[in-house]
Amino acid sequence: MIRIANGQGFWGDSLEAPVEQVRRGPLDYLTLDYLAEVTMSILQKQKSRDPKAGYARDFVDMIARVLPDLVERRICVVANAGGVNPAACREAVLEVAKRLGFDVKVATVTGDDIMDRLDDLLARGVELKNMDTGEPLSAIRDQVESANAYLGAFPVAKALGRGAQIVITWRVADAALALAPMIHEFGWQADQWDKLAAGAVAGHSVECGAQCTGGNCQADWETIPDLAGVGYPIVEAEPDGSFAITKHTGTGGRVTVASVKEQLLYEIGDPREYITPDCVADFTTIQLEQAGPDRVRFTGIRGRPATQFYKVSISYAAGFKAMGSLVYAWPDAYKKARAAERILRQRLERLGLRFDAIRTEFLGANACHGIAAAEPSAATEPLLAEVVLRVGVRSENRAAVERFTREIAPLALNGPPVVSGLGAGRPRVEEIVAFWPALIPKGEVTPEVTVWPSEN
Amino acid sequence: MAKRKLIELAHARSGDKGDVANVGVIARKPEYYPILVREVTAERVKEHFAGVCLGKVERFELPNLGALNFLLHQSLDGGGTLALKADPQGKTYSTALLRMEIDDSL
Repeated sequence: MIRIANGQGFWGDSLEAPVEQVRRGPLDYLTLDYLAEVTMSILQKQKSRDPKAGYARDFVDMIARVLPDLVERRICVVANAGGVNPAACREAVLEVAKRLGFDVKVATVTGDDIMDRLDDLLARGVELKNMDTGEPLSAIRDQVESANAYLGAFPVAKALGRGAQIVITWRVADAALALAPMIHEFGWQADQWDKLAAGAVAGHSVECGAQCTGGNCQADWETIPDLAGVGYPIVEAEPDGSFAITKHTGTGGRVTVASVKEQLLYEIGDPREYITPDCVADFTTIQLEQAGPDRVRFTGIRGRPATQFYKVSISYAAGFKAMGSLVYAWPDAYKKARAAERILRQRLERLGLRFDAIRTEFLGANACHGIAAAEPSAATEPLLAEVVLRVGVRSENRAAVERFTREIAPLALNGPPVVSGLGAGRPRVEEIVAFWPALIPKGEVTPEVTVWPSEN
Repeated sequence: MAKRKLIELAHARSGDKGDVANVGVIARKPEYYPILVREVTAERVKEHFAGVCLGKVERFELPNLGALNFLLHQSLDGGGTLALKADPQGKTYSTALLRMEIDDSL
């Protein structure tokens, strides 16, 4: 049996979680998910200013904290922290190791970046059509900022097999991070679909960190103990493909069939076809059992052959947006917010500003649930203590969005009474980096594994 | 036959994939699952999210988990970074669906 922990569900997750995973109990592998699509363009800007930047710096700081434990107990790390500069990330980790006096092998898995090859691919008839809309990539070719294929678990397993203790990747399928150690440890082959599917299900279960150990859990949420000290998930994997999800003894949160089911259903499509680069897992074959306190056992998982494609994530510049808000208090909070909305729309109209979209929502009334929550009625409206008018605009034209940001604050003095909530100043204009999902034949992508210091 | 809110019979989690929101609905007890299958149809979910879900609704059954998974197409104002919504990832669609009134007879 091997223990594989998740210590980071997304870039921006708890800085303490990975440290706790290493220090609070037994462990063989620590996996960390730093992938955040929206940060891609930020990373690129960082790299263009500084050739040594452009990766998840948090990861290097974390390694500096736990490296003595990792070395002493031979815990391996798999992290998609490489960003647009995996080599620099590797160098930074090696530097930390040297400074602390440790001799550690660090690998990078690359080959996911296809940005420089886009025109060649398009010229050869690889259309990279949008998976959702069917549009050809040529529609936004000039706006593309990055293009990466999601690699599978086998190159990561190969890096572990070559002695790397820390494996740094960028675009690798989330579920592959936990699957890779199983492939490496148990010698699973590329056509053992049931085992690979089980590993992918394990990976999916833990990839969002505490979301399977009691965080964001609706089932009996008020009785979940000690969320302040919530334990992140650990997979106890067996060579036959069965596994248990648990957490370190003494940590907070809760691992139950209910908490695990919520995570299993998170961001999935057709449950019979959970597609990963390594296999297609059938979620309708998963059997769950509460096998003890904070321990759920998974058995019976079936898989099918992988598809001939990798998924590709392409980011592109898609104009500008800004969001502003105004707080209206009782009495007539909702009516006043509605009135302010009408006035604002009239002013934008008079200014002749063109937007691709103007969206207004009323927080405190029905912003989240829309019609399912219904309009505030004559009976409920007078009870609302406050309502927040939230307005967003989107446009290709930056100047129009800039101009919009000047129209929020004046409403405090020249609109309906009484406005609060302007402390943060004018809304900020954001560049929109949108995403274009596509498929690429696997033969067009060659994953590369590099281990440092080199084996020779 | 009695009308009850779905939240009494089920819990849920929702998320996004581009402009598609998914809502997983899980029976609180095994005996509730057939009620979910009968009552919470794709058509009713589409109606429930009128004005929010502008595309089709697909439903998938997971009897092994006592759960249903719904895909709500064109439901996130373009999705991800394009969306101007307060909830661009549809995280609250889980509880929005649990507001549904259903007939709970077995």
